[in-house]
Amino acid sequence: MWHRLSNPFIWLNQRQSSLASKGLKALTSAHLLHASGAEPSCSYDGGLYPGHIQTTPFQKALLAVGSGVAALQDPYRHDMVAVLGETTGHLALINLRDRMQNDPEGYTILTERPRIRLSTLDLEKMASLPDGSFGREYLRFLEENKVTPDSRAEVKFVDDEELAYIMLRYREVHDLLHTLLGMPTNMLGEVAVKWFEAAQTGLPMCALGAVLGPLRLNASRLQTLVTSLGPWALQNGSRARCVLSIFYERRWEQSLEELRRELNIEPPPVIPSASKKTGA
Amino acid sequence: MTSRRQQRAFLTCSRSRKKSRVAQLGNMAASVRLLVRGLAHRSVTSAAAGGSCRSGGCLAPSSSRCISDAAEDRSTHFGFETVPEAEKAKRVYKVFENVAQKYDVMNDAMSLGVHRLWKDMLLHVMHPQPGARLLDVAGGTGDISFRFLNYVRYQQERQTRRAAGSVQTPSWQDISDKYPAEEDRPQESRAVVCDINKEMLKVGKQRADAMGITSGLSWVVGDAEELPFDDDQFDIYTVAFGIRNVTHVDQALQEALRVLKPGGRFMCLEFSKVTNPILASLYDAYSFQVIPVLGEVIAGDWKSYQYLVESIRKFPDQEEFKGMIEDAGFCCVQYFNFTGGVVALHSGFKL
Repeated sequence: MWHRLSNPFIWLNQRQSSLASKGLKALTSAHLLHASGAEPSCSYDGGLYPGHIQTTPFQKALLAVGSGVAALQDPYRHDMVAVLGETTGHLALINLRDRMQNDPEGYTILTERPRIRLSTLDLEKMASLPDGSFGREYLRFLEENKVTPDSRAEVKFVDDEELAYIMLRYREVHDLLHTLLGMPTNMLGEVAVKWFEAAQTGLPMCALGAVLGPLRLNASRLQTLVTSLGPWALQNGSRARCVLSIFYERRWEQSLEELRRELNIEPPPVIPSASKKTGA
Repeated sequence: MTSRRQQRAFLTCSRSRKKSRVAQLGNMAASVRLLVRGLAHRSVTSAAAGGSCRSGGCLAPSSSRCISDAAEDRSTHFGFETVPEAEKAKRVYKVFENVAQKYDVMNDAMSLGVHRLWKDMLLHVMHPQPGARLLDVAGGTGDISFRFLNYVRYQQERQTRRAAGSVQTPSWQDISDKYPAEEDRPQESRAVVCDINKEMLKVGKQRADAMGITSGLSWVVGDAEELPFDDDQFDIYTVAFGIRNVTHVDQALQEALRVLKPGGRFMCLEFSKVTNPILASLYDAYSFQVIPVLGEVIAGDWKSYQYLVESIRKFPDQEEFKGMIEDAGFCCVQYFNFTGGVVALHSGFKL
């Protein structure tokens, strides 16, 4: 926000480096960024936020293609999926930001910048909540599927500090979405959540995952997806309130059913078993 | 600095009568030299600081920074960044610890396999003979050492074939004469891989096991600036794509001189300056635009590969490095450019 004024400077540098001979200009712009250590916008090792890496449009394109190929070859490379999302999601992120700013709770999130990490969650308090409450169900989801909220990759290639936070929030909310939608972390559950996210956010990475994910499902699961889970996910995705605009950290005590009603999400028609088989 | 100039005056090749002096200078243990240098610096700073300094060999206060050159105040380059010297080694260690597993894959991807040709050329120029002892510093994953062992084994086989072929119809006397000769084999060639980074050595050992190399190879953890070997131990000293990561290149060169036998050869393969301007701009564009992306996609580590391409730019060019090698005391220093200067092979002899 306070560095938005200097953003044009960074964009100018990047445009320069892509228009002229890329390498030498990149060198000089890198020198400029390093030399101008007093610049408030480049206070994190030449980036706008911790972990930020400056990239030219050419590099972003190369990253998008490379990470797409790598993610397809090895779907367990979550960092590649993350990079694909960051390099292709610029317009969708801007759209999300506008939606969040127009929503009062979303606006609060953008100003307060909450983070979902094990260190910020009060696990004992959440475990003591009644069954059916959002916090208790979330904890149950983490335990059953043996995941942790700290395993999300950090954002590296988004060139705006606020958009980078939105990307990070999207990643951290992903597990909460699993709880909200009642989907386990096996392949079918993940694809269903991806369909929901694609309809909600419009991120190209979600759309790609939604299209290519079903290829790894076996026939029966594919049928479940196409007949019941898929249409349910798409419908709810498009009509639900923006899931990033919800301040989950203040709603642990709220009942899950009530939260779903508030968000305009129907309960799932069928809950796939939480087995880890990919079914491929 | 004056002591260095004196050394250089001593060490010119034409003065063969100073050979004994050269040998004496070369034989000083590295630790002793470092100690002497440290004490000399301390005494200079405490003398210059005058009355403000406490008694004894204390360091000058920070106000007289221009005279003091304690290691904590000196800074050096880490890629395009400036860091204190003490920090550079740690950060380089971290870089190679991160990339060790994917190091060989990345080399193939970044150079499109051409790095294999460069290393083959190094061996071709080296032309080691059976019985040679090699020290491969910053040898990491063992590329040079494996090639060395293959090369000498091939040479050995050629020699035995030639020897066998020269005697077409041996008599019984000839055959019985050969038996003790075969047992009394010439000293087996040995390669020692020395690297400061344990992760890289681990990967190298795994590769050696996979290739089935059982003898003639050892793995040693060591710092190129302070090698854990005695004087006059090795016939050949190689450092391939490692010397630009060393904080004090001149110290590494002096150590190389120390551990080599008289007549031993120093060989350094390193990225260098491309002279052709068109090739240079293409190379720069490729280095800065493509290589970090490859690092991110294949190894999941952008910053390490950004450091690698930046460190290439900070390394001295062919002529300057040749001068540094001559300063250290090597003779007949020459360099060969590969791929238009992308890589240069520097070679010098200890006489």
